[in-house]
Amino acid sequence: MIIANNVSKKFGKLTALDNVSLTCKKGECIALIGPNGSGKTTLIKCILGMVMYNSGMITFNGKNIFNDWTYRAYVGYMPQIGRYPDNMSIEQLFTMIKDIRHQNDLNLDEELVEQFNLKEIFSKRMRTLSGGTRQKVSAALSFLFNPDVMILDEPTAGLDPVATEILKEKIIKEKSKGKLIMITSHILSDLDDLVTQVIYMQDGCLQFHKTIEELRADTGQEKLSKAIASVMVKM
Amino acid sequence: MKKIIKYVIIDILRNKIMLGYTLFLLLISLSVFNLEDNSTKGLLSLLNIILIIVPLVSILFSSIYVYNSAEFIELLVSQPLQRKTIWMSVFSGLALSLAITFFVGIGVPILVYEPTATGIMMIGTGLLLSIIFVAIAMLASVKTRDKAKGIGVTILLWLYFSLLFDGLVLFLLFQFSDYPMEKVMVGISALNPIDLSRVLILLNMDISALMGYTGAIFKNTFGAHSGVALSFLILFVWVIIPVWLSLKKFSAKDL
Repeated sequence: MIIANNVSKKFGKLTALDNVSLTCKKGECIALIGPNGSGKTTLIKCILGMVMYNSGMITFNGKNIFNDWTYRAYVGYMPQIGRYPDNMSIEQLFTMIKDIRHQNDLNLDEELVEQFNLKEIFSKRMRTLSGGTRQKVSAALSFLFNPDVMILDEPTAGLDPVATEILKEKIIKEKSKGKLIMITSHILSDLDDLVTQVIYMQDGCLQFHKTIEELRADTGQEKLSKAIASVMVKM
Repeated sequence: MKKIIKYVIIDILRNKIMLGYTLFLLLISLSVFNLEDNSTKGLLSLLNIILIIVPLVSILFSSIYVYNSAEFIELLVSQPLQRKTIWMSVFSGLALSLAITFFVGIGVPILVYEPTATGIMMIGTGLLLSIIFVAIAMLASVKTRDKAKGIGVTILLWLYFSLLFDGLVLFLLFQFSDYPMEKVMVGISALNPIDLSRVLILLNMDISALMGYTGAIFKNTFGAHSGVALSFLILFVWVIIPVWLSLKKFSAKDL
């Protein structure tokens, strides 16, 4: 469970996050939506400890994440653009991450590795992979350690339709296990069957945090993309 | 931490530039020792190599490596690892690799041809200089986001330490030539690890007699055992301070 309290972040003169507060509980699948530059990725990076927020507090399961790193063992992160060492092969990458996290093979979730057929290209170096294949590696890596919280930044961008369906099935499966899943995406049609709550951000401010039923009722729209479109027009 | 260090070292030693650098150093040291009849003259020539080339290769390679590893480091930051562990592992990997290449390229020939106290001191200072300039490179790289600007900064830093500093010191000496500057000079040489190493080695060779009055003062300070120990201590400080500063910056950096 993640709670953010009045988190603010400025990059020089640009205010990326302006007093953002939110509460995310287990078993929810939350869509983090907003126009470009609204602060979605900055918020995610603050939660992950990759960006240092200027003020406010973020807690993970009740514990302040400031200067803590152990909570990241329970978080699976799929970045928007996967950055990996050029000269490593996929197999070496997986071995290294498993090694660093002291995980034996018993507790691993290698479903995506199999479903994406990554073992066939295990010896290819990261430099030679296409953008979409890198995304598949990022996805497999994020689910690998069975984390309680999944944070996915534009997970389906760059994936082919088959891979998108595989990933969506996987997300639904993990959701049914009671995990907390946060997804940012501009491809709202993909999120229709997945999400239970919606957080909408604009200009670094959290505009609203509603359940999908409330959003549908408020806008009178069934599809998420149409609902958000009507919200954006009013803003 | 050891696992990351292991990965960094394997990655660096596999790099052909490192291999080329080791062979280059080996070639130079072997030819210097085989061409000179007097091993002390050989050591003197080698000293210049150590003082100019080792810092240059150290600072440039480390800076380029840190920038190229930005992706690897970002990957590690999202894992359950302390930032301190990540940064110190990269530093240790780089420092160990460069120390190993120096030891194989120059250290071993010195041990074979001139295993005297001066020779061993040269190995010591050479190793320390390699590590010092890794630390300086990492400090410059963590503070400068842009890769091209960062590498430019490291080249300028090398120029400052190897050439500009001495020019500034000479200028100061001329300006204040009416005042007794000897003790001040001793203090000033501590501000530059290259100068400190040069003074340390030269004063422990027989040529120091040629350096006159200033040489005598230096010999008093640096030639004695306490002076040698103090110099090595200052060189260690030259490793610790940049590493500590770069660690502080990295721990607070937005990635």
